[in-house]
Amino acid sequence: MLKRSLVLALALLLWSLALPAAPPACADDRFITLASTTSTDQSGLFGFLLPAFQRDSGIAVRVVAVGTGQALKLGERGDADVLLVHDRAGEDKFVAEGFGIDRRDVMYNDFVVVGPSNDPAGIKGSGSAGEAFRRIAAARAAFASRGDDSGTNRAELRLWQAIGVEVRAGGAGWYRELGSGMGETLNTAAGMNAYAMTDRGTWASFKNRQSLVILLEGDKALFNPYGSILVNPARHPGVKAADALIWHRWLTGPRGQAAIAGFKIAGEQLFFPDAK
Amino acid sequence: MLDLTAALSTAAALVIELDPQMLDIVRLSVLVSGSAVLLAALIGLPLGAVLALAVFPGRGLLVVMINACMGLPPVVVGLAIYLLLSRAGPLGQFGLLFTPSAMVVAQTVLVLPIVAALSRQVVADLWDEYGEQLRSLGAGKFSVVATLLWDGRFSLLTAVLAGFGRASAEVGAVMIVGGNISGVTRTMTTAIALETSKGDLPLALGLGIVLIGLVTAVNAVVFLVGQSARRRMG
Amino acid sequence: MSEIDSILPLELDGIGFGVHGRPLLSGIGLRLESGSRTVVLGPNGAGKSLLLRICHGLLPPTEGSLRWGGAGRPLPDPLVRRRQAMVFQRPVLLRRSALANIRYVLGLIGLPRRRRQVVAMAALARFGLADLAGRPARVLSGGEQQRLALARAWVVEPDVLFLDEPTSALDPASTLAVEMAIHEFHAAGAKIVMTTHDLGQARRLADEVVFLSRGRLVEVSAASHFFKGPASPQARAFLAGELAC
Repeated sequence: MLKRSLVLALALLLWSLALPAAPPACADDRFITLASTTSTDQSGLFGFLLPAFQRDSGIAVRVVAVGTGQALKLGERGDADVLLVHDRAGEDKFVAEGFGIDRRDVMYNDFVVVGPSNDPAGIKGSGSAGEAFRRIAAARAAFASRGDDSGTNRAELRLWQAIGVEVRAGGAGWYRELGSGMGETLNTAAGMNAYAMTDRGTWASFKNRQSLVILLEGDKALFNPYGSILVNPARHPGVKAADALIWHRWLTGPRGQAAIAGFKIAGEQLFFPDAK
Repeated sequence: MLDLTAALSTAAALVIELDPQMLDIVRLSVLVSGSAVLLAALIGLPLGAVLALAVFPGRGLLVVMINACMGLPPVVVGLAIYLLLSRAGPLGQFGLLFTPSAMVVAQTVLVLPIVAALSRQVVADLWDEYGEQLRSLGAGKFSVVATLLWDGRFSLLTAVLAGFGRASAEVGAVMIVGGNISGVTRTMTTAIALETSKGDLPLALGLGIVLIGLVTAVNAVVFLVGQSARRRMG
Repeated sequence: MSEIDSILPLELDGIGFGVHGRPLLSGIGLRLESGSRTVVLGPNGAGKSLLLRICHGLLPPTEGSLRWGGAGRPLPDPLVRRRQAMVFQRPVLLRRSALANIRYVLGLIGLPRRRRQVVAMAALARFGLADLAGRPARVLSGGEQQRLALARAWVVEPDVLFLDEPTSALDPASTLAVEMAIHEFHAAGAKIVMTTHDLGQARRLADEVVFLSRGRLVEVSAASHFFKGPASPQARAFLAGELAC
């Protein structure tokens, strides 16, 4: 009985190890790993873009969607082959430190400021993001921040810095740092009737708006540019440099750029291609 | 209230329509958690038995550590496994990160302490009862481990089910090591997290109901099998 | 392993057992010969069960020595273990059928798989359990379980059968059945070493009585002598029903 159970145990062990080795479909498929941000992913852009790329190139793109900080970290550690993020300062640092090569502009979208429809801080019509933020701080109106070192978060913090408001000191009870992705932050903002800054893409597909509406948009300061960076294969030999380059060129080339422009939600274009 | 009704009807729709994307997600969840539990049982059941029976210096400390690891935070385990499997990490060359295999590894680490700790307790209690007789019969060490594990199989099954519950419920570990990649490493829990963050609460709740239904079904099947076996074997 | 006739005699020399410095047995010197039925008697706490366990090798003595096989080269441990069996007051049976419990032991002693069914069924039949072969062992009655434990000991073909109060939890009919089973062992040549509270049983079964009191060996004599008129005052008091401990 002992021998039989040992054999059975061995068989089960081998089965369980062999099983989830690769996605069941076709283990020979070419694929690259793209580290991008949750906001980009949740906009639905990839669902539109990646099938087109796969048709053109035969390469599948596996998107790991995390905050910008984490995406850059994945690139540093060589766990992704290419990045698509929206934090120019972070991107430049990434390249300067030798983790990435050939940063290229890809597209931009914009951020919008949303808040409760009764607008307690009166930011509607304030004309600029800076003025809107100033009014929110003055009214000590509840503001939900992602607080997660993402591209969106970094952009938001730059706006506060530009108007000289120190929000991260803590004790400013109206400013709530959530440490969450864009969607979770909007969920929380909706739940606490707070203001928040979000990218238009996430907002367009966000379904739990409750009383939140767009109160400010269009300011140049809310401009949100995206960059594609190849992870430096010299740092990490395991990186799929050749296939990543194909994606990188496609994204910034005529077909990728046209696809980006063609992505619409409810008839509205979310991302504007600007590869040079 | 409205959300719950919406959630229930979403759950029903999901099950009835058998949406292929959802089926993929369900299949992956079952494969990953099932494999992790199987691996954890293969290692943990004998490990617990040995801990119950063997006497060696530091045993008490080891038992305390394993018991404590029952409460390992999934997200911490995920982070640790990520650092191990990352290309920049010691096991990077295997290319396991962001694959279901990495998820199995992480969940096995989570489930193993539960199975081992509970197995240890079951076997220790059985040894109190059987020890003298087994020694009188001259059973060797391996035989004792196998005999006690088999004789305690009903209690040990509960331990394994506890492990399965833990594995299928967690999201922190599989999110980090799997990356929640659509069509590749998206499980029920990571899908629920995603839909929640997109604000699609009825869908998230609906998926949650499907997940609970799945786990309940597994438990029901195991219970019935156990009952009939118990009736046959005392 | 070389085949020898018997692992007996068993010689105990100055055997003692203490826990945290408290002696539970001391100064036990005894020689157990093959063929006879030895019953160990004594009041509660005298150390009877303890003595049995030390003889069987379940507990190591804290003082003194045990020797199997008499003078000459000491017998190898595996051989000594293999040729003994013990039946406890409450039988410990595995969660499987009666037959499977016997087959389990046959597996332990290394009997070829294809012979196990036949040997196990024969053992069950000998002790009147053939009809219960497929029944889960744990649902059997107390008497049936004890007979199963004996059947399990039977297939080992022991030179010595130790029994620790084998019938104290059983009704008179089952007790009788167990005593008849013990006869089978004895008739097949096994040495019987048994403890019991039941003086009637002792009278029925004993060839020799070993009397313990407070952890000490007080008297060893032939059963006929012991029950007619024991030499020691403690034994006299015990038989008169006066000695509590």
